[in-house]
Order: sequence, then structure tokens, then C-alpha cells
Amino acid sequence: MSDKILTKDSAASFLAGLGGERDLFAPALAEGKLAWAPLEPGREPLWEFSNTQMSPKEFFFPQTECMMRFTNQQDGEQGMIMRPEPELARERVLVNMRPCDAKAFGVLDLIFCQDEVTDDPYWRDKREKSLIIALACNDPCPTCFCTSMNCGPHSEAGADVLLTDLGGKLLVRGVTDKGEAAIAELPEAVPEDIAAAASAKEKAEAAITTSVEMDQVKAREVMELYEAPHWDQVQESCLNCGTCTFCCPTCHCFDIQDETQGAAGRRVRNWDYCMSWLFTQHGSGHNPRGAKKDRVRQRFMHKFKYIPVKRGGEIGCVGCGRCVQLCPVNIDVREVVRNMNA
Amino acid sequence: MSNPYVPYPVKISKTLVETEDKQLKSFWLDFLDPAHAEAFAYTPGQFAELSVSGHGEIPIGIASSPTEGDTLLFTVNKVGSVSTQLHQMNQGETMGVRGPLGNSYPLAEMKGKDITIVAGGFAVTTLRSTVTWLLDPAHRGDYGDITFIYGARTPGLLLYEDQWRDWQKRDDINCHVTIDREVAGWDGMVGFVPTVCEQVAPKPDNAVALICGPPVMIRFTQPVFDKLGWRAEQIVMSLENRMKCGIGICGRCNVGPEYVCKDGPVFTKAQLERLPAEY
Amino acid sequence: MDNQALTQGIREAASRLLAEGTVDCVLGYQAGTVPMRERPFFAYNPEEAQRLIWSGFCCNNLADFLIRRPAGEIGKVAVVAQGCVSRSIVGLIKEHQLTREQVHVIGVASPGMLDRDKVQALVGPDKVITAAAEEGDELVVEGPGFNQRIARNKVMRDNCYTCVQRNPVIFDELIGGESEPTHGGVIDKVAAPWERLDPAGRLAAFAENYQDCIRCYACRDACPLCYCHVCFVDESSPQWCGKTQDESDVLTYHILRAFHCAGRCVDCGACESACPQGIKVRRLTSKIEKDVREFYAYAPGLELESVPPLSMHRPDDPQGFIK
Repeated sequence: MSDKILTKDSAASFLAGLGGERDLFAPALAEGKLAWAPLEPGREPLWEFSNTQMSPKEFFFPQTECMMRFTNQQDGEQGMIMRPEPELARERVLVNMRPCDAKAFGVLDLIFCQDEVTDDPYWRDKREKSLIIALACNDPCPTCFCTSMNCGPHSEAGADVLLTDLGGKLLVRGVTDKGEAAIAELPEAVPEDIAAAASAKEKAEAAITTSVEMDQVKAREVMELYEAPHWDQVQESCLNCGTCTFCCPTCHCFDIQDETQGAAGRRVRNWDYCMSWLFTQHGSGHNPRGAKKDRVRQRFMHKFKYIPVKRGGEIGCVGCGRCVQLCPVNIDVREVVRNMNA
Repeated sequence: MSNPYVPYPVKISKTLVETEDKQLKSFWLDFLDPAHAEAFAYTPGQFAELSVSGHGEIPIGIASSPTEGDTLLFTVNKVGSVSTQLHQMNQGETMGVRGPLGNSYPLAEMKGKDITIVAGGFAVTTLRSTVTWLLDPAHRGDYGDITFIYGARTPGLLLYEDQWRDWQKRDDINCHVTIDREVAGWDGMVGFVPTVCEQVAPKPDNAVALICGPPVMIRFTQPVFDKLGWRAEQIVMSLENRMKCGIGICGRCNVGPEYVCKDGPVFTKAQLERLPAEY
Repeated sequence: MDNQALTQGIREAASRLLAEGTVDCVLGYQAGTVPMRERPFFAYNPEEAQRLIWSGFCCNNLADFLIRRPAGEIGKVAVVAQGCVSRSIVGLIKEHQLTREQVHVIGVASPGMLDRDKVQALVGPDKVITAAAEEGDELVVEGPGFNQRIARNKVMRDNCYTCVQRNPVIFDELIGGESEPTHGGVIDKVAAPWERLDPAGRLAAFAENYQDCIRCYACRDACPLCYCHVCFVDESSPQWCGKTQDESDVLTYHILRAFHCAGRCVDCGACESACPQGIKVRRLTSKIEKDVREFYAYAPGLELESVPPLSMHRPDDPQGFIK
């Protein structure tokens, strides 16, 4: 795959060129918060920022998504019959996504699209219609631990193109065929630029001082991890809210509900969270995860053991650190995994 | 791109309130589109999501056998908002079926073996599918002795009377149907399912047992099988959990790494012993 | 008394209570793993008690953890409680969720809690803060390439400016003595911006206030008042509140929860501290509680004796709002 060069001065027009039939989005500062927002063609995106507070998973997995509609009447030929929502009308370019988020969606690809039976068309459509231009992190945050989670500040997994900030210009690396096509017209990078990017990568990886070992989590059986005594302490202060789940780029649990208004009906899916009491509640009144400890343990076991077991070793976490920053009671995932690994 | 979330439209061709407490109602469903009927190729043990537009979906075991034709049979317990709405629906109304979902009973591995089937209460639904399938002339010769033990609290709570009365008359299946306590007008077996299992005493040699029932029945039946020498790999069970997507994505029905909707609902006892009891 | 002395006092009290067996657990805070956030901590023995601390970043309401324990799970609990938290405890006792005997209150006067979002905004929205330590009236904030001193009273949590009860209303022992009862703000003025708007304006302001809500329910789960076995948002027969991000569903949740807290909310600010989106959750409750003060001359949690006005009917209850 090729290495190209893009000066920051020409970045806005290059990106505008990718626009046209596509909508552009990039992280932006709005009212003191970093969030994904439309990028007007001709405007330069932010180059220096940590990461958005909420992950960009809404581009592929909206918090509320109408899946299908129906006419809420038994009479009439099409009454009560579900019709799926149309696919995405326009493609998108997601500019300056951090490598952790790009990797996360690669992991979710393995969950939303598993085989013939399990192939989520809503996810797949949005993924196929998105061009992801990732921006490598030269300056990781204190809470980042991506290097422990099969990822890294300059990771290419899940991106179509990876940008590395070299100051006045960016090294532009094509990662996928789609990415290569997008950068075909850009000038080739010279060896000095490629070396500078490699050195930035080394520096960034060394800057991540948090290390979370997973070797024992990998080696141990499910039941040994499940029955470990530390879960009693982890769950004590947990509020069982959805903050960690909703800000996380790899959490993907959802609920499906029907809504009607007069003769109009729709089936929607909404983000759900396994910390909720209702999540596993049976109609009979029985709840397999009725105790808070069961639910807290479930979330960590799912992300760090069950997903690796079922998805060929991929971890359900990319070390982005958002949950560490946002948990209202400061339950620190790095600590929890260290206890799982102890 | 086919959409695994969109149900096939079906019409209710017949309904029947099965039990004296009116909690269990059977629905016979016909596909509106013959292509869907063909696509819905299922095997005993699998389930489907029954879709009631405007109310939601519920995962229900398929009670019919594919050997019986294209009409699907489901028997639904009235528990929550969707099942209550479904119970109020009538012949001729349109609803949806999504599936077939989940794995099946290991019929291929069971060939050449004696089969014991134990059903308690309305867990008998997918076992009706299984027994019907096994007894079909195309399959019966592949299997050894078949023993069917089915119990409910009272005669009025027994399902599928036409079928099991028929099975009782056949000589290619040992059919034991029991109720918990003596009731006037019942001249059949009396005794809890675990007790009947002890009396029938199915042998574990070259055998497989399919056991389905409420937790209390399982708790007392399991020791009977242990005492008779059955190993955990020989015992096959079917789990239930709250479900939504039914295809192994939405994250709610998992038991350890296994999703009940996709890796199950059929598991051997040996598999379950290595998993958390979160079901 | 400064934080270090208070921390020492709390540790000594906790150690003693645990060693003597007076309580089975001391509920307090330990140092957080990120700057500007301490974490709720359960100490079960004198060794663990040495991890307890006290600072301006103890932003949860510890009474919240008194309601989520199955009956008999732990015996008697000691709780480190400043004014608002002690009022929450009083409220829970009045609502029969706790008995006075079950809780040993280690009282502390509140210094006024700090708002990490305000600190971040002052320092610069995306600047990485590696440490933030209180030194008297100032907060010393550090990060790569900067070291800034901020006046503490510039970055307090909103509700602390209008606090009416900094000192605990009940306590079994008081660490560090009492302080000035309030920070000087007028609590009735908090609702004033809302009162100036007409109904359409209020709806627009309400919708704008909650537009970033992600339905994580951190506000509800951080609140000691929300102890229903099944919250109304989780009911399905009937379903009171939709689960989507449609504005009507988001607003329904917030307004119903606010009214469920009516006459009970002590304005502790834990909801705002918990919200990951920085939503000013108190906008609704501040107005509702002002109305309760006006109609019933009542503020919750200040004493154990009176019956909360919304739990009973008096023939002379005001009715002017019934039109």
C-alpha cells in the first residue's frame, strides 16, 4: 500500500474533493466539548485533539434506529407486514478518527457480520458506505492503554487511510483498496517522511505508560475467571448506569421495540446496556443476572473473555480510556482487568 | 442483502386453547409466500421469533415437525405483553415469524442409539417436534428404542393429547404420560416426572437423553439419571433466556461465551457444566 | 480544617469504629485513578480504613449506596457525610428505607465540592490535566507544559454556591468542627431564569437543556432517592416511557423523574456530577423544590420529625395552582 504526502494547507481542498457525493464529518470543538460534527467542504479539520467524548459508533450503529415499518391495521393487503427501512442514501467520509475507534469497528464487524444467519444489513450498509481516514495519535492521553488491547496509537486496523501528523504536512498511508483509490492523486512521500512517521509511531507507543496484561485472562478457563473473588469489590460502588457502555466504541448491545401511533408502526432498535436490571429479566419474573455483581461481572467477562473466545482472540476493548474518564464512581477498567489477570 | 430482522408474514390458520387454565394456546401458521415456506427449513429443537407488529417478538420453540408439511405449530404461554396480545389474536389475522433460529437436537449424532425423552409441563413443545420427526417412517429405522416420559400437574394441563394418545398405541415408542396427583377421571399414570423416570429406569448404554422442563423438575430428575449411570455428555437440554435479536448480536441471552439464541438453545449437560448458570 | 487533617480524622474514626466492631463497614472515598475524581470506597477493616480520604472532588452522594444493598447484606454502616448527604440520610430514614440505628454518621462540614468540567473549561477544553490538588483556597492544576492556580470558589459545583446546609444535620461524630452554614448564595434564585419564561419558552429551554442526554440513567443511579425496585422507565406493562432518543421520550424521562423527587430532593448535585454529558440536571428539581418551599414551607432532610408534605394531605394545603 502506498505512502503519500498531504500538506495541511491543501488538506481542506483534498477533503472537499472527497466530498461532493459524500458527506464529510470530523471531530470538532463545540461548547467546550469534542464531538463529531459535519465538516463543511473547504474547512480544515482539527489536527490537535485528544479524542471525542462519545465514540463515533453512531455512524454505524445509531442510538435509535428504525429498522422496519408497518401499517398497524389487520385489514388491507399489506397490513401488519414489516417492510425494512431503505439503505443509506449518501456515503460518508469520517475524517481524523483515532486508531482506537477505527480498530473498534473492525472488532464489531466480526460481531455484526458473523455468517449466513448473522449478518446485520443495517451495520454492513453503513460500514460499506463509509471511508475512514484515521489520524494517528502522536500524543496519547494518560488513560490510553491501546497498546495492551491489540491496538496502538498508530494502528491501521479498521482504517481505509492512516494519516500521521508530521507538523506542516501529513503522511498519508493507504490501508485498504478503498483507501488507496481515495489517495491515488496525492504525491508520493519521500523516505524522510516515512522515517519521520515511523519515529513518531515509536515515540507515541513509548509514551503509553499504562500496561494491562491479558496473558492469564487468555489462559484461564471461563469458570475460573467467573468465580474469582475480586468481583465482590468491583461491583460495590458500581451504579449500574449505562455511562461506560454508551461511551464505549466496542459495546454494542441493543434492545428492539415496536412503537405505534395510529395506523403507523415501526420497529426500532435502541442502545441497551447489560448493567440494566431489565436486560435479562424473564417474563416469568426470573432473572439470571438479578444481582448487581452478576451484571458488573458480565460486562467485563464479555469484553475481555467471551468475545476473545468467540472471535478468534479479538478483545472487546481498544483501550481508548473513555470509560475511565467518565465513570461517575471511577471504576477503572485497567484495574479490573489487572485483577482478572492476577 | 437479505435482512435477518424482518419476519416472514404468516396467517393464523387455526388456534386452540390447550390447557384448562387457558395459559397455553396453540397457533397454526401458514406462510403468505410459498418461497418463505421453502426458505424456512428447520429441524427439531430450533425456535422462531413470533412477531406481533406493534408489540414485539417472543422466542418460541417450534412444536411442529418439518415432516408434517409447511404449516408451523407454536404453543405459547401467556406471560407478558407480547404473548398476551398474541393470545387475543384470531384465525385469519396476520403476524410474523422469523427463523428458524438456534441449533437443533443432535439428531445425526443420535443415530443408532436408544433415545429417552423427558418433558415436564409446557417444555414439551420442541419435544413434540422431535418425537414426530423420529417416528416418521423416513427416520424411525435410524434409531433404537424410544422412550417418552411426559408429565404435567393435571390432565387439563397436558398438551397435544391427540399426539400422545396416538403414541401410546404404537409399538415403536414407549410412551409414559403422567400427572402429579390422582384426579377423578384419569386412568393413566400418576407420579412426578422424576419418580416416573426412576420407575422406567432408562439405561445409559448407547443412549441419549433429551430432558426439558421447569427448573424444579430438572433439579429432581438429574439425580435419577446420575444414579442410573448417565454421563453428562449423554444428556441434552434446551435453555431459555430473554432474547431480542435472536441471531447472536444484541448481547443479552449469553451464558458465558455461548449465545442461547445461536450456539443454543440445545446444549449438552457437559457443556453447561463448564458455563456460568446464568439462565 | 484542611483536607489532610480531615482525611486523618476520618481515617482515625473509621479505624476505631471498625476495630471496636461498632460498624461492619465504613463508606467513604479513596483516591481516584484519574485527576479530579475520588471514588466511593467501602472499608471493612482498620487496614483498609487507611485508604480513606477527603477532598473537594468527593462528588458522589454516598447515601446512594445505602439503598442498593439487599436486606441484611451488611450490618451497621458508617458513612462519611457532609450537609447534603446527611440530609439524604434523614430523607431515607423518613421514607423507611433505613433506620437511624443502621447508620453511624461520620459528619464533615462540606468545603463545597468542585466541578471537574469547570476546571477543564478554565484550563482549556482539550488540555490534558495530570493532577489537580487543593491548597487552601486555591486549586493547583498541572499538565504537560502548564501549572495553573485557580481560585477554588470559581470552580465549585453549581449547587454548592447556594447550599443552605454545609454542616451535617445529623451525626454521631463530627470531624473538624462546623463551618459557616452556607456559601452565601440564595437558593431561590436558582429557579429564577425558568420562572421568567412563558410556557412555550419553558418547553424550549427544557428541551435545549436535555438535548445531549444519552439515556444512560447515571443521574437516576447516582441519586439516593431513586430506590424503586422497578423504575418507571423499566416497566413494560404498561410502558410509561419510550426508550428512543426522540425528544418526547427523553423529556418524559426527565420530567417524570424530577416530579418523583419533588419534596425530597436536597439539591446535593450528585446527578450533575455523574452526568457524562455535563447536563444541568438540577434545572427541573430546583424549580420544583422552590415551589415546595413556597407552598408548604418545607425543605427536605433538615430534621427527622416532620412528615414530608407530599406524603400527606392537610385540609389547608394551598390549592392556587389548581386552575
